[in-house]
Amino acid sequence: MASTTTSAARVAALPRATRLEEPPGHGRGGIRTMYPSWFYLPAGALYVVFFAVPTFASFYFALTRWTLFDVEFIGLDNFVQFFQEPQLVQGFVNTFFYGFVTSALKVVLGLALGLLLTSQIIARGYLRSVVFFPVLVSTIGIGITFKVLLDPFGGLVNESLAALGITGPGWLTDPAWALFSVALIDVWKGVGIATLIYIAGLVAIPQEYYEAARVDGATSWQLFRRITLPLVRPATATVVVLSLIGGLRSFELIWATTRGGPGFTSDVIASVIYKQYQAGFYGLSTAGNVVLFVVVTAIMIPVSILLNRKEVDR
Amino acid sequence: MRARRVRGVVVGAVAVLVSVVVFLVPFAFILVTAAKTAEEASLLSFSLPSEWALWDNLVAVLTTRDGVVVRAFVNSTILTVASVALMVVVAAMVGYVLQRRSSRWNPVVNFFVLAGLIVPPAVVPTIWVLQTIGLFKTIPGMVLINATFGLSFCVLLFRAFVSTVPRELDEAAIIDGAGPMRLFFTVVLPLLKPVVITVVVVQAVAVFNDFTGPLYFLPGDENATVQLTLYNFQSQVLSQWNLLFMDILLITLPPLVMYIFFNRQIVAGMTSGAVKG
Repeated sequence: MASTTTSAARVAALPRATRLEEPPGHGRGGIRTMYPSWFYLPAGALYVVFFAVPTFASFYFALTRWTLFDVEFIGLDNFVQFFQEPQLVQGFVNTFFYGFVTSALKVVLGLALGLLLTSQIIARGYLRSVVFFPVLVSTIGIGITFKVLLDPFGGLVNESLAALGITGPGWLTDPAWALFSVALIDVWKGVGIATLIYIAGLVAIPQEYYEAARVDGATSWQLFRRITLPLVRPATATVVVLSLIGGLRSFELIWATTRGGPGFTSDVIASVIYKQYQAGFYGLSTAGNVVLFVVVTAIMIPVSILLNRKEVDR
Repeated sequence: MRARRVRGVVVGAVAVLVSVVVFLVPFAFILVTAAKTAEEASLLSFSLPSEWALWDNLVAVLTTRDGVVVRAFVNSTILTVASVALMVVVAAMVGYVLQRRSSRWNPVVNFFVLAGLIVPPAVVPTIWVLQTIGLFKTIPGMVLINATFGLSFCVLLFRAFVSTVPRELDEAAIIDGAGPMRLFFTVVLPLLKPVVITVVVVQAVAVFNDFTGPLYFLPGDENATVQLTLYNFQSQVLSQWNLLFMDILLITLPPLVMYIFFNRQIVAGMTSGAVKG
């Protein structure tokens, strides 16, 4: 604010000729117009037309039977159907499972890799690049590749396991394993971001803390438990929030590997939305969207409040 | 000291070994399968091709179905360039004013930015909007959608970076008689170059790799993007795994090139955007 007043004063002190060339409304206290509100307009227009309007419209269309030409108001029938048909309920439950498994694994593995890659080992640069690269690769390409690698008959993974004397499961074809396998692929692809965030958090911890604790005779476990873990909390919060946002609305990887199958065992809300859309049930599909919206906000708001509050308390 | 160094070498060597098995084998698998002949590739084994057919497969992929893959690459390039250009300019304008001017509207804008990051887009109603304004199944429509969905991330990065540009520069420009447009586009925007590069690279990779967007908003063969053609390829060339994996290889190359040249910017963007968000 101080700088605003000084520059306003300076502008006011300018020779009259200069001031005449300035845009109208500029001058005394007019620094605000140098940062005009209409700069929000282009982005705001995009946001309103392509994001806000569809989001609000979805609350209405979710209550209708909707085909391309015809909208009929049917109240809450879509939601009733959503929570009665077992296959749709399965997608609802799977969404939670997928979101929690992927973010938990990304936190654990990301932290472990972060610790490894900030310690004194050889080939750190190579390891960082290699762990991060899958993040940038097309999800569809990775999905197809792993579908082949995880094939129960002659897939590379099960062949290798067989060579070690282990019979691998039908990763993507066994109903008991399918969703978990997709989650594992997701972690394989996404752990690079978690690792990066943890590396940034870990290098920010002052080394003096460790030295002081070591002088006091702390063990490695105590160093980790009492210094590292509390101090990387902001990084953990970021990883949890990011992977939950991604995991709860995940669609591409599931669609590229199992299409929600076998049966409906690996369906999530996002794939149910697509299936209902394909089948022409636009109202039901939109109801799925509203359910996803509620699930995501209902999880994200408490999670981010919880993670942020603890941080302030300390 | 010596013991620690030995330990670093041993742990590092084990880590390298594990990383080769876990992370490099899948990519090597893509490469060798893309280089095999159709019969050999159909075995789907992890072995060096007995006969390297990399070039033949490349030509075959590029010419199947009247060069749908080439067309897809052109479409994806247009889509990526246009979306990212639009996104960068409009998001930079928002981030700039948001950081420079404190008003009671700021919390509202910040709330919308976060909402844009968290809320999953409502698909069918978005199609309905696109149809109403006549942009469904068109490249311009897809560009606008991509730009909208990327806005929040970009605004966060720009807002954080604008604070590092000293206000004194603005004041100097104002004294020299610059208007708001000149001030932003000729003074401030050039100084944002590092963050612009980060945003461009990260978003270009995101738009290029996007599958869900084109699946919903850009269906149809003539506007197909690389991710859609890859997905459709899967069902069309079931017996020709070599061609399928050649397509995967082709699609993996642009991000790989980006990563080699812009490693630092990508890493900076992913972490700083993440920490601020």
